[in-house]
Amino acid sequence: MKTAPPRKVMVIPCSGIGKPLGSVSREAVYELIENIRKHNTETVCLALLVCGDKEALRLVRENKCIAVDGCSMQCAEKNLKHVGGNVVASFRVVDALKQNRKLKPKSVTFLDSDGLELATVLASQVARKVDEILSK
Amino acid sequence: MVNLPEKKVGVVSCSGEGCVEGTISRIATRLVLEKFRPENTVTICLPLFLAGGKEERAFAKEYPTITVDGCNKSCAKIGTERHSGKVASSIVVTDLTDSRECVRSKSKRKLAEEDLSLAERVAEKIAQEVDRILNLGR
Repeated sequence: MKTAPPRKVMVIPCSGIGKPLGSVSREAVYELIENIRKHNTETVCLALLVCGDKEALRLVRENKCIAVDGCSMQCAEKNLKHVGGNVVASFRVVDALKQNRKLKPKSVTFLDSDGLELATVLASQVARKVDEILSK
Repeated sequence: MVNLPEKKVGVVSCSGEGCVEGTISRIATRLVLEKFRPENTVTICLPLFLAGGKEERAFAKEYPTITVDGCNKSCAKIGTERHSGKVASSIVVTDLTDSRECVRSKSKRKLAEEDLSLAERVAEKIAQEVDRILNLGR
C-alpha cells in the first residue's frame, strides 16, 4: 500500500533587498525548508508567482501558506493574497526584532551573527505555526 | 518621486527563492551597490515594486534599470517592464553558467566557493552595463 505524501505548508519570504530585515526573512525561510521542517515546508519564488507561473500559482492556492515579511509593508503577504494564495498566517521580522531587542542585524548581503540569530528565532516561531497547521 | 541625484541606474534583482541562482542574482546586485558601483546605482525592492510601490515604479519609469534574473523565466525583467516600461539591460545568471539551467538541489543559502565566484562575475557584468548606460567609459 502506498503511503500518502507528507502534507506541506508553503512558506514565502519577502526577500526584500534594501534592508537587513528582508535578508532575515529569507534566511528564516531557508532554515525551515532546508533544516528544521524540511519534510513539511516548501517555498516558491515570490516574483514567479506574481508573474503568473501556473505551477507556482497552483502550489499557493492548493496548500496553506505562511508569509514571512521583513517590514510593515508586508509585500509577501500582499502579493500572495493578490494572486489568490491560501494565506493562513503571517510573520514579520520587525516584530521578532521588537521581541529580541539585543539583536541588531546590520548587513544585507551576508547576514551578520545578529541577523543569523534573529532568523533562527523567527524560524522557530514559524515552525511552531507549521506544526499547528499540520496538526489540524 | 524619490529625490535622487542624476546619473543613477536602478538594479532590480529577482527574488529567486527557488534556486541558488536567485541567491546569486541577489548577492551580485548587492555587490554592485556596495563594492563595484556604489556611486552610480540604487536597488529597487522587487516584491515592493510588484506589490504596487509607487516610488519604485516611478523611479523605474524615469531612470534606466538593469534587471538581474536567476533563470530564464526572467521575472524581474517581466515585472519591471509590465509596470514601468522597457529596461535598459537585462542579465540572466544561468546564461553565465555551463549548464545554463537552475540547480534546485543545492542549498540556496550556503553558497559554495564557485557560486560566490559566479556572483562576482555577475556583479562585474552588471557594473559594465552601468558604465555603458551612463557612458562612463571606464
